Order: sequence, then C-alpha cells, then structure tokens
Amino acid sequence: MTPLATLLVRDMRIAMRVGGGALMGVLFFLVVVTLVPFALGPDLALLKRIGPAILWLAALLASLLALDRLFAADHEDGSLDLILMGRAPLELVVAVKGLAHWFTTGLPLVIAAPLVGLFLNLDVPAEAALVLTFLVGTPALTFIGLIGAAIAVTLRRGGLLLAVLVLPLTVPVLIFGVAAANAAVVGPVPFGNPFVVLCALTLGSLIVGPFAAAAALRQEME
Amino acid sequence: MKKEIAMAIVDFASPSRFLKFADRAIPWLGGVTVLAFAFAINQAMIAPDDYQQGATVKIMFLHVPGAWLGMLGWALMTLAALGTLVWRHPLADVTAKAAAPVGAAFTLMCLVTGSLWGRPMWGAYWVWDARLTSVLVLFLLYLGVIALWRTVEDPSRAARAAAILTLVGALDLPIIKFSVDWWNTLHQPASVFRLGGPTIDRSILIPLLVMALAFTLLFVTLLVAAMRNEILRRRVRTLRLMQASAAS
Repeated sequence: MTPLATLLVRDMRIAMRVGGGALMGVLFFLVVVTLVPFALGPDLALLKRIGPAILWLAALLASLLALDRLFAADHEDGSLDLILMGRAPLELVVAVKGLAHWFTTGLPLVIAAPLVGLFLNLDVPAEAALVLTFLVGTPALTFIGLIGAAIAVTLRRGGLLLAVLVLPLTVPVLIFGVAAANAAVVGPVPFGNPFVVLCALTLGSLIVGPFAAAAALRQEME
Repeated sequence: MKKEIAMAIVDFASPSRFLKFADRAIPWLGGVTVLAFAFAINQAMIAPDDYQQGATVKIMFLHVPGAWLGMLGWALMTLAALGTLVWRHPLADVTAKAAAPVGAAFTLMCLVTGSLWGRPMWGAYWVWDARLTSVLVLFLLYLGVIALWRTVEDPSRAARAAAILTLVGALDLPIIKFSVDWWNTLHQPASVFRLGGPTIDRSILIPLLVMALAFTLLFVTLLVAAMRNEILRRRVRTLRLMQASAAS
C-alpha cells in the first residue's frame, strides 16, 4: 500500500475504535435534532418548514466534534512529526486525513439524515434534496475545519477556540446548503441555482483547506 | 529556552527604528487627526438633510468610514500576514496584531451605526441581508483572530497561526464588497466608488469624504500607537525572560 492509503486506513481505524467512532457523531446529530421540537413545540407544519435548516445546523455542529483531536492527537503521540518527515507532500497528507475524517463523521451523517428527517416531518422530495446537499456540502465543512484543526494543533484548550475560528468560515456553506434544500421544497428559485454554488464552495474548500492547513502545520511544528 | 530568548532578542532589536519613528509621528498624527475632525464635523453639521431620510442621513458620516476602515484593517492584516509568512518580519507580526482590535472597533462602529439607521429607515435594527451578514462575519473573524492572539503565548508562533487565519478570512472581503451586486439586498448598492461617478449629491458627498479622511487619520494614529505599545510589551516580555533565565 502507498503511504497515503496506509494513512487513510489508519486514521479511519482509529476513528472507528476510539470513543464509539462514527456512531458518536450520528448520536450527537440525533440529540441536537431531538432538542429542537422541545424548544419550538411539536408543531409539525413549522418543523417541516424549518427542518432542512435544523438538520444543517446540527450537521455543522456534529462535524466540529472530533475536529480538535484530528491533528492534536497525532501531535501528542509524536506521529505528526513522523508524518511531517515523510516523503508524501503534506498537502496530500492533510487532504487524506480530511477524507478519513469525512468518511467517519460526514458520511454517517449523510446516511442518517433521511431517518432523522422523518422526525421533522420531511417528505420524500425534501429528504432527497437534503441528502444530496449533505453529500455535497459536508466535505466542505470538514475541509474548512481542517484549517482550524491545524491552527489549534498545539493549543492545550483548542476546542472552543476552534469552533470560534471555524464557524464564521462555514457561513457560506450553511447558507447555500439550506437554500438548496429549501428550494427543492418550496422554491422560488430552482434547486440547481444554490446547489451549483454549494458544489463550487465544496470544490474551493477542497483546495484551500489542505493548503492552508498544511501551511499552518509547517509553521506550528518548527 | 535559549532559542526562545535568541528570537526574543531579534524582536528586541529590529523594530527599534519604528519605535523612534512612532514617538515622533504620534503627536503630529494626533494633531492632524483632531484638526481633520474639527473640519469634518463642521462640514457634517452644515450638510443638508436628505429629502427622504431627514437628519438620519448624517449617520452615514460614521457608518461608511467605519465600513471602509473595517475592511481596510483586514486588508492591512492580510498584507502583514504575507510579511509574516514570507519574510518573517517581526514588524509585520506587530502590525497584524495591532490592526486587529482597531479594525474590529471600526467594524463594530459600522454595525452599530448601521442598525441605528436601519431602525427608523427599514423598521428593524437588523435584517439578514447579504451585506449585513458578511460584515457581521468579518466582525466575528476579527474576534476570532484576537482570541487566537491571546491564546498562543509565544508571539511569533501566534503571529504565524493568526497569519494563516487572516489569509483564509480575506476571502470574506470580496464577498462584502460585491454582496450588493451579487444578491438583491435591502442595503443600497455601491454609490461612491462606481463606474459613472458617485450617485450621492455633492452637498453630502464632500462631508462624507472629509469625514472618511478624518477617520482614516484616526485609524493610522491608533494603529501606530498600538504598534508602539505592542513593541514595548514585547520588550517587557523579553526583559522578563532574560531576568528569569538569569535567576535560574
């Protein structure tokens, strides 16, 4: 196996084994969504209208969950130094770690979204649109989060700071993700318009995220 | 420890030329700023009320300079971030750190005056409009950078982390600028710097530009003073480190 594939398998294995793994994010997602009807009241018409927004918000919070440990854990046990000394380009390494993180936190959310959407009275077209926006949008959340994770790598209490740094950067993804999901249900713009922008945001973050995170890691680890 | 002290001594030595310049420039800058404000406030007072907005149009004299300088602050931090990452210049670190609270203050001024104007004109203190939202995001980014500066103890390490965040956050600047063109917003489109000349009447445009000049001078004065303070703060830190290592 190439070093990058090895890293992918290793990171996914760690994520699956430590602390409940992929289920943890889904559980958090479910809990956040469950809280909303308690706060707003169980009005099914209202929940149906704001359902996509709630699910997107919950996904945004869930994607932050394991982020602060993404590089910090490797930094603490020394494997980050080995990775930095390795021959694989750091940008690719970071991207692979991001991919592993998405496989273990983002993808489970995509799979769980339709089930959780049932609680919010979403119908089939809304569910389909939501799954599609999740599939396209959650990688952007992970890859933007990489930047924060790399900046906070040496901080002892990086978790809260990470959220403060990353969340403002994810605003465009949230706007267009929710806009696309809503457009499929109520309009007035066709689903494609915001969805294409969401795709563009994801593609942009796939590039910007690894480069910025790798630069941050190089600066921090000197 | 030794390396840290050596780095601290480099910090100690290099910006001393700036310190000399700052000591001389600050009284002059302050004086010119006061004069400019005296003139600008006078101009703003005698400017006529708008036929639709009445006296509230004068809020613009604070709002627009706040917005420009809030964005200028981040642009300056972006340049400083390049200086930090590419040339490792300690003065770039100092500029970036000093500009953050100043820029945040001007952005806050823009948000507060904007919402005070919005209440009588739009009927709400806040609307979730693209321009307003992107400026709010800029303000949050400012606070994030300030928090990062305060979290990382070693100044040069903090500078590099903040520089990367600043570069990424700079993507928000074009969004703010073009938000009124890309989306159909409640906020009016660009009316000063546009092709075909400004759409504001001269009687209000001239006080606005004078006011913007005065606020820019204030921005520069505050920035230079904050940079001087930051350099002095680093010197104190260096002396403390040296004292501590001498004692041990």
